[in-house]
Amino acid sequence: MTQETILIGLAGVLAAAVPVIFAVMGETLSERAGVINLSMNGTILLSAMGGFAVAYNTDNIVLGFLSGMLIGALVALVVAFASITLKQSQVAVGFVLALTCRDLSYFLGNPYMGVPGPRLQALPIPFLSDIPILGALFFRQDAITYISFAAIFLASIWIFRTRPGLMLQGIGEKPAAAFIRGANVNLMRYVYTVIGGALIGLAGPAYSLAIRAGWMGTISGLDGIGWIALSITIFGGWNPARAAFGAYLFAFLQWLGLVLQPVFTQVPSQVLQVAPFPLMILTLLFVNIGNTEWVERILASMPDNTRKLFSKALRAMRVSPPAALGVPFESE
Amino acid sequence: MNIELKNIHKHFGRTHANKGINLNIPSGTIQGILGENGAGKSTLMKILSGFIQADPGSQIILDGKPVIIHSPADAIRFGVGMLHQDPLDFSPMRVLDNFLLGRSGGLFPNRTTVARDFKLLAEQFDFSLDPDNYVDSLTVGERQQLEIIRLLWLGARILILDEPTTGISASQKAKLFATLKKLAEQSMTIIFVSHKLEDVEHLCSQVVVLRDGELVGATRPPYITSKLVEMMFGKMITLGERQAAQAGDVVLSLNNISLEDVRLKIKNVNLDVRAGEVIGLAGMEGSGQGIFIRACAGLVRPVGGRVQLNGHDLTAKSYHKFKHAGVNFLPASRLEEGLVPGLSLTEHFVLAEEPKGVFIDRAAGQKLAEDRIRSFNIRGMPFSTVESLSGGNQQRAELALLQSPLSLVLLEHPTRGLDIESVIYIWGKLKERCKQGASIIFISSDLDEILQYSDRLLVFFSGNVSQPLDANATSVEELGQLIGGKGWTEMGGEHA
Repeated sequence: MTQETILIGLAGVLAAAVPVIFAVMGETLSERAGVINLSMNGTILLSAMGGFAVAYNTDNIVLGFLSGMLIGALVALVVAFASITLKQSQVAVGFVLALTCRDLSYFLGNPYMGVPGPRLQALPIPFLSDIPILGALFFRQDAITYISFAAIFLASIWIFRTRPGLMLQGIGEKPAAAFIRGANVNLMRYVYTVIGGALIGLAGPAYSLAIRAGWMGTISGLDGIGWIALSITIFGGWNPARAAFGAYLFAFLQWLGLVLQPVFTQVPSQVLQVAPFPLMILTLLFVNIGNTEWVERILASMPDNTRKLFSKALRAMRVSPPAALGVPFESE
Repeated sequence: MNIELKNIHKHFGRTHANKGINLNIPSGTIQGILGENGAGKSTLMKILSGFIQADPGSQIILDGKPVIIHSPADAIRFGVGMLHQDPLDFSPMRVLDNFLLGRSGGLFPNRTTVARDFKLLAEQFDFSLDPDNYVDSLTVGERQQLEIIRLLWLGARILILDEPTTGISASQKAKLFATLKKLAEQSMTIIFVSHKLEDVEHLCSQVVVLRDGELVGATRPPYITSKLVEMMFGKMITLGERQAAQAGDVVLSLNNISLEDVRLKIKNVNLDVRAGEVIGLAGMEGSGQGIFIRACAGLVRPVGGRVQLNGHDLTAKSYHKFKHAGVNFLPASRLEEGLVPGLSLTEHFVLAEEPKGVFIDRAAGQKLAEDRIRSFNIRGMPFSTVESLSGGNQQRAELALLQSPLSLVLLEHPTRGLDIESVIYIWGKLKERCKQGASIIFISSDLDEILQYSDRLLVFFSGNVSQPLDANATSVEELGQLIGGKGWTEMGGEHA
């Protein structure tokens, strides 16, 4: 393989990860506020179909993306209403929505099966795209990929650097403590769930209007990424940067499977296609290893200086879910 | 700030929690509010701090102006800040983020100026808090200190403290009291809610007592303890004489036990506990008494040494083997580890019985629950879920769940947060167990409780364990010093 092909391949990885990136960012915001949006897989399919249909009928690709966001926001609103206002189980509601939205997308998408439609074009950024290596990697992408980079950056800054973001962490961690600090807990949960839903809804058109244009129903290759995104959110420790790392890792492993297929001809192709999934789990488990008791035991037996170094590193990697995730809040 | 509460009423459904309370607290006062659990103290404080609204007709007047407080955030705008018993902070976040969260300002908080304010306030009260530390690594006392300076920074002129001396060390208590006195001198108004008479007597410039939602009395120093107790309970209550144990056979024998967890190591502890004996474990929270008692329960496996119970070797055996051998453990967090929230008293008693077949005999369970409720004086019905009971009644329910016969009862903070009547009742029940031949090991941060009820005691200081001390020959002062890490060399404790 030449350097050129590797670069193009890696740039493709960055683009291929875009739907998962949006889904993970959306879910991270929602869960940080304490609401699990389990409908994600269905939402992505429905917004992929809906976004494509709108873009096809109006011949306006931007409208396609916007309608995908609208679909995501509406589904999230159902989750929010059921869990925050009606105080029903988020898991049950989300799961049913995941199935309903998936079937709805196949049913409503029938007229658009295999129809050629609009597709987002690459948008090289002048000057930046001429930088060696980096230019090819980052600056010859399409608009939605640039937006995905921005989304990771903004979500990180928002959660960890801004005042409302700190409050968001608080709302998911201990709503009573956020409440005495002046937060309108339930309203904020609505807001973040709906915004998160809109981001999840962006994942669909990011696929059906960019990566593989068109709607192919069950063979779109899209079914299932919602569940992957859900686990990446968890393993990513509700941290946008770490979650983005997980999303890119997953896209990279998938690409590796494709690239390696001609090399390892004796290995059945299915093995290489499926390998990213267990590899993903192993990597993410390794990242979270600091949580386990036996690691803590080993640490305890180390001399003080080494222990401090290791526990600092592990502490940096360690994650714990927002303590009030899935728990309704009542102020007395 | 002056506070006037006029004719405060509060109904919860049919319960009348506050029955027309009138109270004036002038600026610069440390006002003590006494009352047993359920007397209406918390309701009154929640009204003042904006968590709940009083019934129409009630009036809160601050510095002469009638105010209506809609929410806790509203309360702090009026200058009313509340320090909750379990501090309402965010454990996975840093101290500085906890401090600044809730203060309005621009989108990006300026951490440098916030850190400067933080440092100034902390220094003013001699608090050593590291702003970059995570809150989950702080002790309860340090979390209180953080909350206090946070509320002051937000402009609190009235500070309500709900049972603040529960779960903090003696030295932290001294520091807290010094802080409160200093604040009162700066004309802050302090409201100190507690059921610990000695704390209130020590600190407060005036005291009121609530009973059954009514204000039944107000006094000023010098306080007469028996009078306060009588006002709280409407009758006389005495602690009773110290009861010495009849030394029986050795029940639990620890031989060269060594324990380890992430933070500390305990080395070579030897202890023989005799039947009927009560052993108190004293020390600051996290000094090793927690893993020690869990090792006695079979929940933590010692890294070295032997554990014997009634002559049988139980070293490295499972918790269930310990339980089967007659060891019962009641952890500090009643609802998290001790009881099952959502299940009723009947269901708890049925679960604790030896199973007879697969199906539950409802009628028998009901009868069992009624018996236990009566004999343990639990305020609740057989169908009451455990989380609906008050802390004292939850603890009674836990005692009622102990199996019988029993060789060893292990208790972590058995009376934390309970009023004196419940404390006396619970120790009465425990001493009955001792008479039947059980031994007790308990952890408490209340030094008086340790000295009053134990026969011998062990002091823990960052993993060091003292020799067993005779409770009768130890004073509160000596014990307080040992807990703080002083005087270890004289008494031959291990490498202090």
